[in-house]
Amino acid sequence: MTTIPALDVVELKKIYANGVEALKGVSLRVQPGDFFALLGPNGAGKSTLIGILSSLVNPSGGEARIFGVSIRAQRSAAMRLVGLVPQELNFNLFEKPFDICVNQAGFYGIARAQARERAEKYLKQLVLWDKAFQPSRTLSGGMKRRLMIARAMMSEPKLLILDEPTAGVDIEIRRSMWKFISAINAAGTTVILTTHYLEEAEQLCRNIAIIDQGRIIENTSMKHLLTQLDVETFVLDLAAPAATLPEVPEVKLVRVDEMTLEAEMTRAHDLNSMFAALSRSGITVRSMRNKANRLEELFVRLVERGLQAARGEGRKPDGECATEGCA
Amino acid sequence: MPAIAPTAPAAHLIALGTIARREVMRILRIWSQTLLPSAITMTLYFVIFGRMVGSRVGAIADGIQYIDYIVPGLIMMAVITNSYGNISSSFFGAKFGRYIEEMLASPMPSWVILSGYVCGAMLRGLMVAAIVLAISMCFTRIHLYHPWVTLLTVLLTAKVFSLAGFVNAVFAKKFDDIALVPAFVLAPLTYLGGVFYSVNQLGTPWREISYANPILYMVNAFRWGLLGISDVPLGIAFAVMFGFACVLGAVSLFLLQRGIGLRS
Repeated sequence: MTTIPALDVVELKKIYANGVEALKGVSLRVQPGDFFALLGPNGAGKSTLIGILSSLVNPSGGEARIFGVSIRAQRSAAMRLVGLVPQELNFNLFEKPFDICVNQAGFYGIARAQARERAEKYLKQLVLWDKAFQPSRTLSGGMKRRLMIARAMMSEPKLLILDEPTAGVDIEIRRSMWKFISAINAAGTTVILTTHYLEEAEQLCRNIAIIDQGRIIENTSMKHLLTQLDVETFVLDLAAPAATLPEVPEVKLVRVDEMTLEAEMTRAHDLNSMFAALSRSGITVRSMRNKANRLEELFVRLVERGLQAARGEGRKPDGECATEGCA
Repeated sequence: MPAIAPTAPAAHLIALGTIARREVMRILRIWSQTLLPSAITMTLYFVIFGRMVGSRVGAIADGIQYIDYIVPGLIMMAVITNSYGNISSSFFGAKFGRYIEEMLASPMPSWVILSGYVCGAMLRGLMVAAIVLAISMCFTRIHLYHPWVTLLTVLLTAKVFSLAGFVNAVFAKKFDDIALVPAFVLAPLTYLGGVFYSVNQLGTPWREISYANPILYMVNAFRWGLLGISDVPLGIAFAVMFGFACVLGAVSLFLLQRGIGLRS
C-alpha cells in the first residue's frame, strides 16, 4: 500500500502579472509526519510556493495536492488540512488574541464552544494566556509570532506550514517555539518550515529542499545533505599562547588570536594526528568547537553553484538535482 | 484518493456567523465612528429641515407634513451611507492589514465570506435605521402603513449598498479610494433621490433624469411603506432593487472567486 504524500507538488509554475517568473516548474514531495525544511535565498520563490499552497497565490501551471486533495480542484477540502503561519503579521491588531483564535476556528466551521477551548489550550501552550484579552497590538514581536502559531493550530491541521516563524525573535523564545513545533510534529502533524536560521533547520528538520531562482536545486534528507560537506573547521581554545604553529599534514592551522586557532580539515582526516602535533609543539587545547553552522556552508555553496549555472556554467536540469524526499 | 468529508452546511453557517459577529463587534467597538455620526447628522436634519424649514413648507401631500415626508428619506440616507461605509472600510481594512488572508486561506467558499461581510454591513444599516427612526420620534409621529414593504425595502437597500461597498473595497488600493465614491457619487445621488422633495415637483428634463437614479426608487418604496405615498410605482421600485442586488451580488462573487485585487 502506498502512502499518500502530505504534500505533492508537480511542475508548479507562477508567473506574476509583471512578468516575473517566480516558480519555474517546482516539483516536491513531503511525506506524512515529516519535519521538512524549505530553504532558499531571498526572492528564491519560497513565499510564492507557500502562497500557492495556502491558496493566497493563484498558480500559473502545475498541480499541488495536500494529502491527495488538489488545491485547484478542491480548494476548500485542501485548505481544511493546512495551517499557515505566514512571514508577515496578518491579524487585526485591534482584536484580542483570544478573539483572533476563536474567529480563526470559526472560519474553519468549528463550533464556538470548542473554539474557545482550543484557544485557551493553545494560548496557554504558547505562553500567551495572560495576554489573551489584551489588544494584540500591545504584544511584543515574539508574542505576535507565537499568536500566529496558536491561530494556525486552531483548526488542528494535518499540514502546518511555517514561513520564517522565528524571524526577529530572541533565542529563548525561539527555543520555546522549536519545542512547541517539535511536539506538534511528534504528535503527527507534518511540518514544513522555511527559515533563515539554518541552525534551526539543521536541528529540527529531517528532510530538506533548497529552492533558488524558482527551481528546486536540492531535495534530500538532512543527514544525506550534511554528508556532502567534506570540509570542517574547528575552533581551538588554547590554555596558553602558542609561540609557533606546527605543520600538520592535510590540516590548515590558522591563528585567530594568541589564544585561539582554527583548524580546517577534510572529514576523512582524523583529529588524533593534529592533537599529537600540537602536543609535540607544547600547545595545550582547552576546548574545541565547530566553527560555523555546517548547513550554512552547504547552503551557500549550493546557491553559489546555482548562480554560476544561471550564468551559463552548465546547470544541471532539475531532475538530476532533485531526489525524492527520504522520510 | 482519500475520503473527503462533505462540507457540512453547519460549518458554512458557523463561518458566516463568525464574520458577521466580528463585524458587529467592530461596529460596537468603534460606535463613536459607526453609530454616533449618523445620529447627530440626522438630528440636525430634523431640526433644520424638519422643524425650521418644514414649518414654513407646511403639508406636502394628503395632509402629510414636511417633517413626516423627509423621515423615510433620511432613514434611507443613513442606511445607504452606513451599509456602504461599513463594508468598504472593514473589507479594505482587512486587505490593508492583510488579515483578509485569514479568510482567503481558510476553507470558506467565496459566497460565505461575501455573505458574512454583507450581513455585517446590513446590520449596521439596520442599527442606524433604528437609531434614526427613534430620533425622528422625538420630532414627529410616524405610522407604519406597510411593515413588510418597509422591512423589505430597507433590507434590499442595505444589501445593494453593502455589495456596492464591497466592490469598491476590492478595487481600492488606498484609503482615499474608499472615500471618493461616498463623497462624489453616493451623496449627490442621495440628495437628488427625492429625500427632501417629490420629483413630481421638478420640471422636464430634471424629473426624467431623476428616474435614472436608483436611490429614488429605494427612498420612494420606503416612503410608501411608512407613509403610503410614492413618486414611483412600487413594482418598478422593487424590480430596480432586486436587479441591482442580483447584478452587484454576481459581480462581487466573481471578484472574490477570481481573487481580483486579493490574490496575486
